Amino acid sequence: MANLRDHMGRPIVAVTGIGVVTSLGVGKADNWAALTSGRSGIHPITRFPVDHLNTRISGMVDFLPSSSKGASHLTYELAETAAQEAVSEAGLESGDFGGPLFLASPPVELDWIDRFSLYNSDKQDAGAERLLRVARGLKELDVFETTQFGSIADRLADRFGTRGLPITLSTACASGATAIQLGVEAIRRGECDKALSIGADGSATAEALIRFSLLSALSTHNDIPEKASKPFSKDRDGFVLAEGSGALVLESLEGALARGATILGIMRGCGEKADDFHRTRSKPDGSPAIAAVRAALADAGLGEDEIDYVNAHGTSTPENDKMEHLSLSTVFGERIGSMPISSNKSMIGHTLSAAGAVEAAFSLMTMRESVIPPTINYDNPDPAIVLDVVPNKKRNAEVGTVLSNSFGFGGQNTCLVMAREPV
Amino acid sequence: MSSHDVVITGIGLVSSLGEGPDAHWQKLTRPGLEPVLDAARFAPYTIHPLPEIDWNLQIAKRGDQRQMETWQRLGTYTAGLALDDAGIKGNDELCATMDMVVAAGGGERDEAVDAAILAASESRNDRDVLLNEKLTTELRPTLFLAQLSNLLAGNISIVHKVTGSSRTFMGEEGAGVSAVETAAARIRSGQSTHVLVGGAFQTEHSDMLLGYELAGYLHRGPWKPVWQRQGSEGGGVVTGSGGAFLVLEQREHAKNRGRKIYAELGHVVSGRARRRQGELNSEIAALLKQAALPDGDLLTISAASGAHAATAAEKAVLDANPALAVRAFSTLTGHMKEAQFPFAVALAAMAVDRGAGYPAFDATVERSFEGAPNSVLATAIGYHQFEGLGLVKAP
Repeated sequence: MANLRDHMGRPIVAVTGIGVVTSLGVGKADNWAALTSGRSGIHPITRFPVDHLNTRISGMVDFLPSSSKGASHLTYELAETAAQEAVSEAGLESGDFGGPLFLASPPVELDWIDRFSLYNSDKQDAGAERLLRVARGLKELDVFETTQFGSIADRLADRFGTRGLPITLSTACASGATAIQLGVEAIRRGECDKALSIGADGSATAEALIRFSLLSALSTHNDIPEKASKPFSKDRDGFVLAEGSGALVLESLEGALARGATILGIMRGCGEKADDFHRTRSKPDGSPAIAAVRAALADAGLGEDEIDYVNAHGTSTPENDKMEHLSLSTVFGERIGSMPISSNKSMIGHTLSAAGAVEAAFSLMTMRESVIPPTINYDNPDPAIVLDVVPNKKRNAEVGTVLSNSFGFGGQNTCLVMAREPV
Repeated sequence: MSSHDVVITGIGLVSSLGEGPDAHWQKLTRPGLEPVLDAARFAPYTIHPLPEIDWNLQIAKRGDQRQMETWQRLGTYTAGLALDDAGIKGNDELCATMDMVVAAGGGERDEAVDAAILAASESRNDRDVLLNEKLTTELRPTLFLAQLSNLLAGNISIVHKVTGSSRTFMGEEGAGVSAVETAAARIRSGQSTHVLVGGAFQTEHSDMLLGYELAGYLHRGPWKPVWQRQGSEGGGVVTGSGGAFLVLEQREHAKNRGRKIYAELGHVVSGRARRRQGELNSEIAALLKQAALPDGDLLTISAASGAHAATAAEKAVLDANPALAVRAFSTLTGHMKEAQFPFAVALAAMAVDRGAGYPAFDATVERSFEGAPNSVLATAIGYHQFEGLGLVKAP
């Protein structure tokens, strides 16, 4: 019989349900087929006009009913769709989940479509004064709820019957990993037997794209969209803005085994460390990212030689990929040159608040399927970054443990360690 | 008493009443204190404005100040006050091992750019193209960072060097409740020894008012205390700029470094009533039960917003428990959204520490409370959703 407690005496946390949506499709089957065949979901932007924009490509999710209804509605639908897949795979009743909800989602703002519509429904005065006057005459709560930071989680809590006050969080591009970490920690502290952790992001609006563009963060390789995201390549020039969602049902191993659930993987460890150097750049010595990786390994009770594969943050920005290489080579030493390290973002782009959860889902599938998805568009290796990035073609390999990295603006560094089997 | 108890060793406060626990104590214990109001600038709405603040006192570098708008400055400043108060500021070792949970909304948009786009939209049908045209040329690149929710925590890391971990919870008052609850749970389980937790709200920006007014939540017309806004024009909420940060610490950790302890943080409980199904009253009553209230008179610091339905529900449930002597501080500070619960806990801890209650903030409704409180209850019933309570006790 498996151990039910980890090396620190805490309940072991198992994954019993996985759900995912990206620009490659809805659900694990479609996503996995595309990922392992090296297919990109990056495509020209059609949701809004691209006049005046330097970046005209993205990994938006354009095929859901809410895809054109604004960030809040799409984020909800992405979260709900992934969570439904995860909860039904776990064999749990979808309206009576019975554990807490942790949602990583983008900060919300009143969408421009609503701003325009409110403003132009009246002619008196101007600017904010007019908006406020029109606002207080509204008879419905629909627009209001898109501006409340807790509303998406509130709806999800109703939909899935989660327990208690749901937590909505943001740690920028590490948010999805933080949502999983919060679930793992709640189970380890004995606050619950199971938790629903979701990362969802449907906020690829024109304004979001322009904001990242003004920070020179986005790729402008518009001509062949599927070639734009090229992590660890010499000619990488920024990330590709994308949408998606990932959801995990987390359970104490004890609870999962007791109800006869299928164990899809184990959440072995989580580590984090904040960076105090700069709002968008990492400390030049990489020490915070290094500390986050080491903290995750220590939390997992694993040594540096016990990680089989790294699911990289790998955004395809000049800065991230250089710093991620520096951090990993510091932690793993010479072994780094022969460890497989791939970036799902080469195919799905950067799903921002969802990325950590989406990539945890793919990491778990990598172990279960014994197939490592490739880093595509690796045609022009960066000589300063010597890594085995599983270039361009999937690789069959036994993978027992994965490290998944997530780094974000505001000095956010969160790492997850997952394992195929309980100890 | 246990070594893993959660104690409060630092308090940072800013509101229209001033800054710091001492200034707040002096003002709030003055019977009949008049609120600081600005009824003109955002008429027909009244707000409680920020006091004069010398940002340099907590954010030494001008370059850092320039990277933020007022909301992030206010939060970073208030966090600095709490760190100072706990004797942690400037202690590299303690800051590097300190965890942080910030309750945040979003930062300020560029009102002038927005207004120009809206004005142009009246004469253009290609509004999406108009957006691209204006936003690509008129947005200040770094403004995005001043708007991002998690960049308040990011700035606290940069300015004050708090880098153990950094998490940002979103979701109005509920985010503040969850932040305190999670921080306390980390300390009790031994995951953290000391945690910075809190939030800030800057209401002096039309978008921040719009966030309430899209559902008609703001009170209009002459100012009234929180409990007396039912039936008045508007929705009952009067907002205020301010912030509250707490240093929560494992008792043993605080003792070992010889720090003053304001109070112990006992049970923190939270919930999500399905309000449309009429569950709010029963949910608040259930939370009171879970909080394991002590016998006898209990000073209760309420973060009631004034929002008609939520405030009426809270009042009904608290009134049904005659042991509770309630003080709704938003009468004097205005509603500070994510900061409401940390602010309530801070006022509760100050009362325990000083061994005295506050006089009624609204003498027509709030009953007197005599004696030295051994425990104080803090409540935060969200103006729209989410609820929480916490019990603060003598150390």
